[in-house]
Amino acid sequence: MTGRVAPVIDFVRNVRLWFSPAEVRDDGETPDYRFSLANERTFLAWLRTALALIGGGFAVDQFLPDLRWGWRVGLALALLASGALCALRAVNHWVRCERAMRRGEDLPVSRFPALLGVVVAGVAVVMVVVVLVGWEA
Amino acid sequence: MTTPAGAGGRDPGLQPERTRLAWRRTTLAATVVAVLAGKAGLAGGASGGVLAAGVVCCAGWAGVLVVAHRRIRGLAGVGEPERLSLRFAVGVVVCVLVTVGGGVGVVLR
Repeated sequence: MTGRVAPVIDFVRNVRLWFSPAEVRDDGETPDYRFSLANERTFLAWLRTALALIGGGFAVDQFLPDLRWGWRVGLALALLASGALCALRAVNHWVRCERAMRRGEDLPVSRFPALLGVVVAGVAVVMVVVVLVGWEA
Repeated sequence: MTTPAGAGGRDPGLQPERTRLAWRRTTLAATVVAVLAGKAGLAGGASGGVLAAGVVCCAGWAGVLVVAHRRIRGLAGVGEPERLSLRFAVGVVVCVLVTVGGGVGVVLR
């Protein structure tokens, strides 16, 4: 399997797992409940990150009314989309961690936090520039 | 780790309570998003499309509240708490995605 195809296949397999809870449960052995609850709280923290991005999208739409329509709607939609992506990734990561704990494997590593950090920094810089230069309608 | 707390055992980490509070914070975040969506919807004028998008947003918010409430009740019992089921995890994410769907409608009004 080439390195380029493997992540796609993994993702499809994970999506299948979301909708078949029994498969997660039957895998390996049940870990200490405290680890499961810690994993759940991590999932919720990512979900709140997603909600913050979504709220940011509404805030851009609402509180920058002088911005040109394209910039305003583009930024708002980008934030909404990144929020949706973050929420999907949250549940995917939760399933992967739960399964790794059941099998006694290492927890999955991810480059998503770094990517999200870069994207948020990029959006912040764009917004500062747009607000300072004032590309108004 | 060597002494799993449960069934009346002492849990010095208060894990179930911390998890309950994490759900509460999540409902609070969802409420802030719903309020912002409502403001955007009202500012956009009460046209039919914006109203429908606002209703979709509110439905997503209500869904998050329902899932969180049921999960918090599941954690409130005595003894070893239930684990988060995949149904709840996927359910709450679907509700967030519904909110995003309504939000796209509000933004594109």
